[in-house]
Amino acid sequence: MGLAGYLSLAAALFSIGLFGVVTRRNTIGILLGIELMLNAVNINLVAFARFNADPAGMIFAVFTISITVAEVALGLALVILIFRVRCTVVADHLDILRG
Amino acid sequence: MSLEPIAVAALGAVLLVSALGVVLTKNLFHSVLYLALSLTATAGIFLTLAAEFLAAIQLLLYAGGVVTIVVFAIVVTERLVGVRITQTSRYLSTGVVVAGAVLVAVMSAIGSVRLPDRAPAPPVDVTRAIGQALLTRYVLPFELLGVLFLAALLGALYFARPDE
Repeated sequence: MGLAGYLSLAAALFSIGLFGVVTRRNTIGILLGIELMLNAVNINLVAFARFNADPAGMIFAVFTISITVAEVALGLALVILIFRVRCTVVADHLDILRG
Repeated sequence: MSLEPIAVAALGAVLLVSALGVVLTKNLFHSVLYLALSLTATAGIFLTLAAEFLAAIQLLLYAGGVVTIVVFAIVVTERLVGVRITQTSRYLSTGVVVAGAVLVAVMSAIGSVRLPDRAPAPPVDVTRAIGQALLTRYVLPFELLGVLFLAALLGALYFARPDE
């Protein structure tokens, strides 16, 4: 299995995640799409680390995984907070900042 | 002849199908279950890349932590709203165009360069190499990660505090 196979797989996964981010209306659904995109990036990092025999890529993957988990926790805390105030999690209804 | 290409193909198929499930199912809860499946398949992909440590982190943090948090968020928001969240999608054609354009661009970039067909021999102990690099060369970002987690913890506590 060559490097191109892994990269193509990650590209397809990234596109699917991007599709989800564009089309979902629920904020939690958008977050799930972002998860897929970050996951695709991790596959790329690990594949390059393996094919270059350099663990630096895997260390980057460790960092992205950790930061993603913190991001999801904070993002969902925000979603729950917004839900308490506005009683909706649909992104289109969250236009408080509109002038 | 090893089983590795077959394993990668099977895991990749599971990964892509479950990812499509994440973005296409109506029920948000089913989306999260598909996400758990796709994250687990990613851990399998990491195993085929001889990254056992990352596969373990992937299962612990992503498939364990993230999925649990998202399920809690769905349960909380559904209980408060009182009706099932069957989510709808919009801009389907825009989504197809944008995602397809990105896919075509990345695939043509992949096709235009020469990439190695076979990996070098796997290093003896990847986990040891990762650990040593984390505590020597990358020790500063590693410590900063701790600061980030502290900030995230405090921020989440601040957001989730009960109303006075």
